[in-house]
Amino acid sequence: MTYLEARGVVRAYGPTPALRGVTLDVAEGEILAVTGPSGCGKSTLLHCLAGILRPDAGQVTWRGERIDEWSEAARSRLRRTEFGVLFQFGQLVAELTAAENVALPLLLAGTGRRAARAAALAWLERLGVAEVADVLPGEMSGGQQQRCATARALVTEPRVLFADEPTGALDTVTGEQVLTQLVRLAREQRTTVVLVTHEPRVAGYADREVTMRDGLVDHSGLGLDAPVSGGHW
Amino acid sequence: MDRVSTSHVLLGLLAAGPRHGYELKRAHDERLPRARPLAFGQVYATLARLQRDGLVVPAGQEREGGPDRTTYALTEEGRTALDRWLAAVEPPMPYVASTLFAKVVVALLVADPERTRGYLIAQRRAHTARLRELTAVKTAPSAGLNDVIAADFAIAHLDADLRWLHTTLDRVADWHREVHP
Ligand SMILES: Nc1ncnc2c1ncn2[C@@H]1O[C@H](COP(=O)(O)OP(=O)(O)O)[C@@H](O)[C@H]1O
Ligand SMILES: [Mg+2]
Repeated sequence: MTYLEARGVVRAYGPTPALRGVTLDVAEGEILAVTGPSGCGKSTLLHCLAGILRPDAGQVTWRGERIDEWSEAARSRLRRTEFGVLFQFGQLVAELTAAENVALPLLLAGTGRRAARAAALAWLERLGVAEVADVLPGEMSGGQQQRCATARALVTEPRVLFADEPTGALDTVTGEQVLTQLVRLAREQRTTVVLVTHEPRVAGYADREVTMRDGLVDHSGLGLDAPVSGGHW
Repeated sequence: MDRVSTSHVLLGLLAAGPRHGYELKRAHDERLPRARPLAFGQVYATLARLQRDGLVVPAGQEREGGPDRTTYALTEEGRTALDRWLAAVEPPMPYVASTLFAKVVVALLVADPERTRGYLIAQRRAHTARLRELTAVKTAPSAGLNDVIAADFAIAHLDADLRWLHTTLDRVADWHREVHP
């Protein structure tokens, strides 16, 4: 049984088709990069896999369960516990301090205040931003915000982390530091990672790469993991 | 491709003080960890040439050594040559001299688009595998600044090649029609 899989996933926004029958397997504990040009459907696929969006057709299965058939409430619970999500712009809550932002998923999952704050501080420390614990997002640098967002995505110790262009808004060195920490922590915890990016050098952090084009995962021979057509040179 | 001037690198390594051939080889391989390691023969041949041109002079003999234990020092002219080299800006890619590029162009002339695509895909796979290896090297907890800077250089070039391979894959069909109207 595949750990996480999409089978023939179709999704449109009104008349715009974004996914046209995507089939993809993700193994437990692997770091998978999903690459492809802008607009090819990477984010939509990530949202479907993470249970944020419901496919129009097809299936999303996690550990043998059809999560695409779950209710909104059940999928939202899944995202607070087993799944973690990280976007390009950290999307921290502007009115909350770094520590409060990181503690939030734990509080929503029913952890007590004191324990949630302690865990948040420990994660900020692991990501090297302990000093901004009591600072509001508006007063942090982009790198600090993204580290806090990474801490928030990992604080629940999710089994799967979905990251959509997580370093797209950062300068090269800061982006690399965030990625290095993210990949190290994921490997330590055996967290499965789906990493969406259009940059080859970011895909270099993954164990495997699949390429998308026009709403499909490329199984045509263009994909890195498909057999090479056209023979050897 | 770009040929590194071993003479100037050796002059640079001698700027810190006299060294013998073996030390120069070791310093070279340590400072330029992703470059092709220097062969001893090349070190001695280069030192001989530098001495002939007056850029280095023998500066002593280590006690227990044979002839290869001679230490060399930078001369005034050697330091001037080094300064001149460091001050000269490298021409930014004056012409495209890459086997990768030449092979794709020739492939389009002599082979069908499928075969060209096959080559591009295989090449992309090899580049990606190397990119992952280098990323692992630089993110290892034991990596030092030297390793990271050397890996960065290789990664930036692989990244550029990969972007070009992606674009070219998209263009191959059109391009083939132009070459074989
Ligand atoms: N909220 C939306 N409303 C309408 N169209 C959308 C929306 N989000 C994405 N799209 C369209 O769906 C397609 C896939 O988008 P997306 O999944 O964001 O691609 P990627 O992440 O690879 O850039 C694109 O054509 C995009 O314009
Ligand atoms: Mg996107």
